[in-house]
Amino acid sequence: MKQPKTVRQNEWLIETLIRLSGLSVIFFVALIFVFLLGEGAPAFVKVPLSSLFGRRWYPTEGLFGTLPLLGGSLLVTLGATVMALPLGLATAIFIRELAPDWLREVLKPLIEVLAGIPSVVLGFLGMTAIAPLVREYLHVPTGLSAFTGSLMLAYMALPTVISVAEDAIDAVPKNYRDGALALGATHWQTIWRVVLPAARSGVLIAVMLGIGRAVGETMAVMMVTGNAARIPHEWDALFRPVRTMTATIAAEMGEVAQGSTHYSMLFAVGILLFLLTFIINAFASAFMIRSRRGRGGRLVG
Amino acid sequence: MQAYRRRAVPYLLQAIWMLALLSGPYVAGLCACQRQVGDNGSTQPGAVATVQNKGSDTMVNLALAWAEAYAAEHPEVHIAVTGGGSGTGIAALINRTVDLANASRRIKDEERAEAKNNGVEPVEHTVAGDAIAVVVHPSNPISGLTISELSAVFSGKISNWRELGGEDRPIVLVSRESNSGTHVFFLETIVRQGRPEDKTLFSPDTLLMPSSEGISSEVRQNPNAIGYDGLGYVTADQKVLGVASASGKPYVLPSIETVLDGSYPVARALYIYTNGEPQDKVREYLDWIMSADGQKIVKELGFVPLP
Repeated sequence: MKQPKTVRQNEWLIETLIRLSGLSVIFFVALIFVFLLGEGAPAFVKVPLSSLFGRRWYPTEGLFGTLPLLGGSLLVTLGATVMALPLGLATAIFIRELAPDWLREVLKPLIEVLAGIPSVVLGFLGMTAIAPLVREYLHVPTGLSAFTGSLMLAYMALPTVISVAEDAIDAVPKNYRDGALALGATHWQTIWRVVLPAARSGVLIAVMLGIGRAVGETMAVMMVTGNAARIPHEWDALFRPVRTMTATIAAEMGEVAQGSTHYSMLFAVGILLFLLTFIINAFASAFMIRSRRGRGGRLVG
Repeated sequence: MQAYRRRAVPYLLQAIWMLALLSGPYVAGLCACQRQVGDNGSTQPGAVATVQNKGSDTMVNLALAWAEAYAAEHPEVHIAVTGGGSGTGIAALINRTVDLANASRRIKDEERAEAKNNGVEPVEHTVAGDAIAVVVHPSNPISGLTISELSAVFSGKISNWRELGGEDRPIVLVSRESNSGTHVFFLETIVRQGRPEDKTLFSPDTLLMPSSEGISSEVRQNPNAIGYDGLGYVTADQKVLGVASASGKPYVLPSIETVLDGSYPVARALYIYTNGEPQDKVREYLDWIMSADGQKIVKELGFVPLP
């Protein structure tokens, strides 16, 4: 079909604009990484490796051990994932498979609202209300611990996990369910043996995005984890204070002299954080590509 | 699968926002450095002169109270007060972006050398005194500790209140962030007991709170906690411990009197630094701070006035 010239020109213009804005995102991310690298790279020259992998982070005394910070971030994120995953998945299954229509329409916007609560508000809540409860009921020395941080992060990651997992379950074709039920499977067997395995890739993406949300969170974590730069190595480390990478950058950037070793070191911590989120996102993308090729995943069992 | 692609966009945006926020202070810093403070606030008659005042978070309330009271009497002068920490204030003085830098610690030799390189000559003015109070939960039966006991507690050598004659409870240490002037002062005076060659550090288990409010909220609700903060920031729902300079000496509670007579051992001076001897408006303002009017405000805010 022949189109008038102006329409084709308009189409071309719009397509170019969209393409440019798409490319600019990549450009900005690259720019940020170059900036981080430029500011943080001197740290790897100025600080000896033995100090970088030292056991203590005490920048005013020239001790720049990143292990406590890395350990803190990983522990809090892991704790949050373990808490958010079963709860988020169960909620997604309930909303998509079990809840009546009217309840679904109420729950979905409520979960979106959950995502909109500012993290500083959650942090304040955690510091003044949750931390004392954690201390009293779990009989730990202080409520400002990795556990409280994980709890707050799990709460923040939940909306992401629920929404994405719910979409994944929704994308499972209806004839899978019909087939399972026709073979005599119960409702629960259908969900557990057929629907969930089929939605597996999407559910994994939900988890990855949830982790991504948790690892980068700053404010709430800074307020409730106690910020003690210790390597979490004991079996009960989850119930002791930790210091995360994000909280370290946020707490110390304001007071640091520009161009000093400490300043470069904070950017180096930023690079570590960037790499960590990059790895998580790369995993998520890998699953996304696989699930797209496999048209929603394969049936198992 | 369209859904995932749609969802992915907000996360990219979020990532960019986060990184933009991270790089924000850097960009702002660049802009701030471009602006130089000219001739110490002296401007044409009739115009309002602005005096830039920045630094110590401990002193920010005091500096604000001074600025407000002074502006009420002198409408021709506007004093802009910002916090950020002692190091930030001194760095700004070195970069010539402020007229007055507040500091809760003395300027370091490195900072003085850096200032010299920049053609800035920091001049020190002692403007007030401050006592650092050691605080615990109101239910804690301990009422006083010696400096060496405090050092053992904060370096992690003593980890149970029983060892100090208290209840059988673990000790939870609460401190300001390591870059705050108060932290550095406490480290030097208490943890290292005033010995410069001592390299003892705070225990790695110490909770580092980003604010005074963080310290008081933990101390007032946790019976295991012990913390410290400027006397002006101690609220009534915390118990203040007496401090003895050595065992056998009396335990002294911090107050204006005990700081002024030298019997309370954990006291320090608060400083304002200027570039060279202050001139005109800045000198008048500093003179007013040292005067009875200025020192009255010091007392009102819980700090220790000059003798």
